[in-house]
Amino acid sequence: MFRISTCGVLPNVLVICNGMTVGAAPFRQQHSSPLESQYDRLYPGHIPTNPIQKALLAVGSGLAALQNPYRHDMVAVLGETTGHLALVRLRDQMKNDPEGSTILRERPRIRLSTLDLAHMATLPDGSFGREYLRFLEENRVTPDSRADVKFVDNEELAYVIQRYREVHDLLHTLLGMPTNMLGEVAVKWFEAAQTGLPMCVLGATLGPLRLSSSRLQTLATSLGPWALRSGRRARCVLSIFYERRWDQSLEELREELDIEPPPLVVTATKEKAAANAETELVS
Amino acid sequence: MGKMAAPVRCVARRILRDCTRKVNVLSTNQATKSIYPANIIVCRFHSNDSEGKSTHFGYETVPEGEKAERVYKVFESVAQKYDVMNDAMSLGIHRIWKDTLLHIMNPLPGTRLLDTAGGTGDISKRFLDYTRSQHERQQRRGVRSQQTLSWQEISNDYSHNDEQGPVESTAVVCDINKEMLKVGKDKAENTGYSSGLSWVVGDAEELPFADDHFDVYTIAFGIRNVTHIEQALEEALRVLKPGGRFMCLEFSKVSNPLLSRLYDAYSFQMIPVMGEVIAGDWKSYQYLVESIRNFPDQETFKGMIEDAGFFRVQYFNLTGGVVAIHSGFKL
Repeated sequence: MFRISTCGVLPNVLVICNGMTVGAAPFRQQHSSPLESQYDRLYPGHIPTNPIQKALLAVGSGLAALQNPYRHDMVAVLGETTGHLALVRLRDQMKNDPEGSTILRERPRIRLSTLDLAHMATLPDGSFGREYLRFLEENRVTPDSRADVKFVDNEELAYVIQRYREVHDLLHTLLGMPTNMLGEVAVKWFEAAQTGLPMCVLGATLGPLRLSSSRLQTLATSLGPWALRSGRRARCVLSIFYERRWDQSLEELREELDIEPPPLVVTATKEKAAANAETELVS
Repeated sequence: MGKMAAPVRCVARRILRDCTRKVNVLSTNQATKSIYPANIIVCRFHSNDSEGKSTHFGYETVPEGEKAERVYKVFESVAQKYDVMNDAMSLGIHRIWKDTLLHIMNPLPGTRLLDTAGGTGDISKRFLDYTRSQHERQQRRGVRSQQTLSWQEISNDYSHNDEQGPVESTAVVCDINKEMLKVGKDKAENTGYSSGLSWVVGDAEELPFADDHFDVYTIAFGIRNVTHIEQALEEALRVLKPGGRFMCLEFSKVSNPLLSRLYDAYSFQMIPVMGEVIAGDWKSYQYLVESIRNFPDQETFKGMIEDAGFFRVQYFNLTGGVVAIHSGFKL
């Protein structure tokens, strides 16, 4: 899974061959044949990077995301470059769970092409599938807008973080939070408590800074503690095979996962729904 | 023997030229490159049989026919953020390099410039600024003896005569990539450069211009992306007037070993990261730094320019050799 590429006669001091794929060798690297591009080695879209490049990417993407929160690709890169330890922990949690290990084996993807929206529309109200569809319609989002993974140097961990991104919308449904700023921050708090991903923690800390004082109040008094509590207690949300549970009732699913129902109803008004579709904070 | 127009003319030129000069011939069929003595004039013909040959695309090896398309895609995706990235990657120094190119060129008003691979038009705009300020300087000098009126008033009289005349300098920006030209054109219109500039889509290996047309030919940071550099040099020779000047601004080899290590580290660690963070495109900027390493060094490139038929070829190193300006004349 890991490769060490040969450095030339005069090794570049900054090339660290410690078992990670070195993508940025000095100019003495040999030409590769077209079949063996340096990209897409572990999975499609993979770009190998050394630790220095990862550090620079983390800092750069963090600054870019802070400066322009609409740059979802930068939030994604930040998550990938800083999340190694948390991803290992998540992957181990999934392995220890029977449903989670099934997911790791079968690798399901949540995309419009794999979802049967027509069938989900026929499900009764209150069922997980129907509520998820309602969430997609009300907030005008699509499951296909997630960035691809690029900088994770382990194929399994790359899937884990991809699953995390795709489960984010489902989490909104489970928690009953819309995609406006307040809803996003609440979900981020839940995710930070559950996954420990540095990008979630960062989002959870900096997100509230952009909230109005009344919303901040709501967050501090009811939504925030609820999200943290549920996050810490709940079963690992990545280990649930959502694709096989569309018919299940939402309440039942919440109980099974040990997630408290939301303390208040947060709604996004119709005019805001369009604007909110763009403020989706996903890694 | 399909496309014969350019090579026939080049053969005729070779016959007229000094025959004791060694002729370096490149034939693009399956035969290997060889050097013939000057008394055998061999015609270079361009065959479409390039599947057998491969070239480099960064550190990848690709079939020749594919390189142009891949380069096109790279520049199509970077076009919008091209100027921002240039400033970030070179820390603004690329402006100094381009200004130096203009200073060495020192064009007089009325010069006709071909800015090949001109993309966003940086060189052409500097050229127009330079010639216009030179024009003003000339007028000022011309009326300095007549001190009664201010030079501005007198020059206004003169300017009515010759502004529309042949004294106007023109620049043609030629690029193979429509996206880059579009960005350049919009930028020029927003900053008020409309007269004296034209924007043409064209391939540096087969320029859509007549022979002996331009006074100066420049190619700034473009020639390393061309699949057949020798062909681009031949075309440059063709479209230049006798007495015309060829100028090339390009990344080159750094000779100082310490600077070279720093430069490599910066190129490979920082530049793709900047590409990802600023432009959202890692791969294009990885290609950029690799293509710089694949380009021949100063002396080799000077030899290639001489072989194409230019005289008085010289180069100037800038920033320790990170960038070099090569210059040659058509006589």
